Amino acid sequence: MRPHGARLDRGGAVSAAVQTPSAAAFRERRRRTRRRNLRRHWQLYLLLILPVAYFVVFHYIPMANNVIAFKEYNIVDGIWGSPWAGFANFERFFANPVAWDLIRNTLVLSVYGFLAGFPVPVILALALNEVRLRFFKRTVQMVTYAPHFISTVIVVSMIILIFSPRIGFMADLLGFFGMSGNLLGDPDSFRHVYVWSDVWQTAGYSAIIYMAALAGIDPSLYEAARLDGASRLRKIWHVDLPGIAPTVVVVMILSVGNIMAIGFEKAFLLQNPLNLSTSEIIPTYTYKIGLLNADFSLAAAVGLFNSVINLVLLLAVNTVSKRVTGNGLW
Amino acid sequence: MTLKTATTPAHESDPEPGRNKPKRHRAAQVQETRVDRIFMVGVYILLTTFLLIVLVPLINILASSFSSPAAVSGGRVLLWPVDFTLIGYEAVLSNQAILTGFGNSLFYAGVGTAVSVALTVMIAYPLSRSDLVGRRFLIGGVLFTMLFSGGLIPTYMVVRSLGLLDTRWALILPTAIGAWQVLIAMTFFRSTIPGELHEAAQLDGASDLRFLWSVVLPLSKPLLAVIALMYGIAQWNSYFNALIYLRSEELYPLQLVLRNILIVNNTAGTNIADQLAAEQMADLMKFALIVVSTVPVLLVYPFVARHFNKGVMLGSVKG
Repeated sequence: MRPHGARLDRGGAVSAAVQTPSAAAFRERRRRTRRRNLRRHWQLYLLLILPVAYFVVFHYIPMANNVIAFKEYNIVDGIWGSPWAGFANFERFFANPVAWDLIRNTLVLSVYGFLAGFPVPVILALALNEVRLRFFKRTVQMVTYAPHFISTVIVVSMIILIFSPRIGFMADLLGFFGMSGNLLGDPDSFRHVYVWSDVWQTAGYSAIIYMAALAGIDPSLYEAARLDGASRLRKIWHVDLPGIAPTVVVVMILSVGNIMAIGFEKAFLLQNPLNLSTSEIIPTYTYKIGLLNADFSLAAAVGLFNSVINLVLLLAVNTVSKRVTGNGLW
Repeated sequence: MTLKTATTPAHESDPEPGRNKPKRHRAAQVQETRVDRIFMVGVYILLTTFLLIVLVPLINILASSFSSPAAVSGGRVLLWPVDFTLIGYEAVLSNQAILTGFGNSLFYAGVGTAVSVALTVMIAYPLSRSDLVGRRFLIGGVLFTMLFSGGLIPTYMVVRSLGLLDTRWALILPTAIGAWQVLIAMTFFRSTIPGELHEAAQLDGASDLRFLWSVVLPLSKPLLAVIALMYGIAQWNSYFNALIYLRSEELYPLQLVLRNILIVNNTAGTNIADQLAAEQMADLMKFALIVVSTVPVLLVYPFVARHFNKGVMLGSVKG
């Protein structure tokens, strides 16, 4: 209670003397409050030590380590002792004809994934929202939600088994429609397999957030729509969609911001020598040159290029969205 | 619109009662127009299709895992086991690499989750206190890691220089805290722990640590459950860190063992002399393996489904 009383006293004194205390006195008082705060809450700062150390060691030091992208790294001299290379590593990457294939593969895969994966959860949520049979609704939700918890390794093995020409039932189904047997050995099919298996795995989970937004819509809007004689489709168009628009925008920004941050895990597992021409993307390439060929500087340069583009995209989309729709991440 | 109202046959009945009243769907049905009824049929067809697309592959895997090796290899299983047998599971459960991996994964998920939850609370609680000096700066530091990451190679170099390569800690420490989980925990503390409670505890002479331990944590059980599940499942399902940081096979988590057997097709452990039988057995084993490794996650699933919804919601509330 002491600080409260003190503040009141001082406030009274200030208003009695002059309305505006001098800036220096103000700063001095602030510093004193801060110091007292530090002393009183030392336990909070004690708690922070380990987590802050974690963020410094495993996030901020790696960010600083990116400096090796501009160096000619060798183990003997270490990160900071190795000679500077300027942009040589980046030039080396772009001089390689593979670079443009990698960038194209990465972009195509993520843009396709975004275009295919974005609308499906919205449609799923809107459809579920119309259903009044609780049991049916619950079942669809539970089942479509489940694949989210299956690991990438398992999902990829399921794909391989189900589409295997010898064992899998999907290969028979595709054969019935006159499509080729071995989908995974085919560079043209890789993208479809990658993207649609992702939709299969994540649509149910992604729909949850839209379901919650739909549940938050003011019921009087539905009442009004009904009195106006709106059909279900019109109700969706005029009430549901505007109601979830802010959520849609936020999710969209996040996914566009992640367009270059496509995961390493699944592409790497789906890769085989036959489909490499479309399945080699920047993260898998970074892994191969960095950890398998031990060319740290080149790999760091490629990785940094990817992260920076990603950050710029995220900031750009957020700015545009804020200006156009008034919704943004911050 | 007026025209449509006029042709609506159901308007002689009472207007639909409030949205939350019971038996609402019956009242709604009475009011359905023909267009609406066709639309609803479309909705049910769409959702049923969706349900089947998700469900059929899962059932196929389950049915295959209970079938005979010959039936699986011949591609004769669809939705029901053919020549029911459990030998696929026997083969999986007698494979030493799989058992070791299973044990390792339990360890990583258990210890990793405990470490992660403790560290997350340790940063999220102080950051949820508005009287903390430097709070905005620290929150900014956490959130920035969501936008920009150090990258694969620079992180690998840190892990290497700490001497963590090929140790169990390499799977636990580098991913110990998730920025998203910190955000969820912070939002939770701020919205559920009233400031008056803290003032009262202070008057009673409780220190900050005492308050956190005896008041905040007991009130935060739903939050702790949510983030523990998030960390636990992420740890159970990950293979990437093990792939880059581990060399010794006795440290491999289950997912990496699975990758070697299921995807790289390294079918060590089948000691059957007959070539064809060995191949068929390897096929069957894959299906049984998929089921066995997914069971732990599915066991917690009903619990998870309820709490994860809350978790998603907690995180979506901007702080």
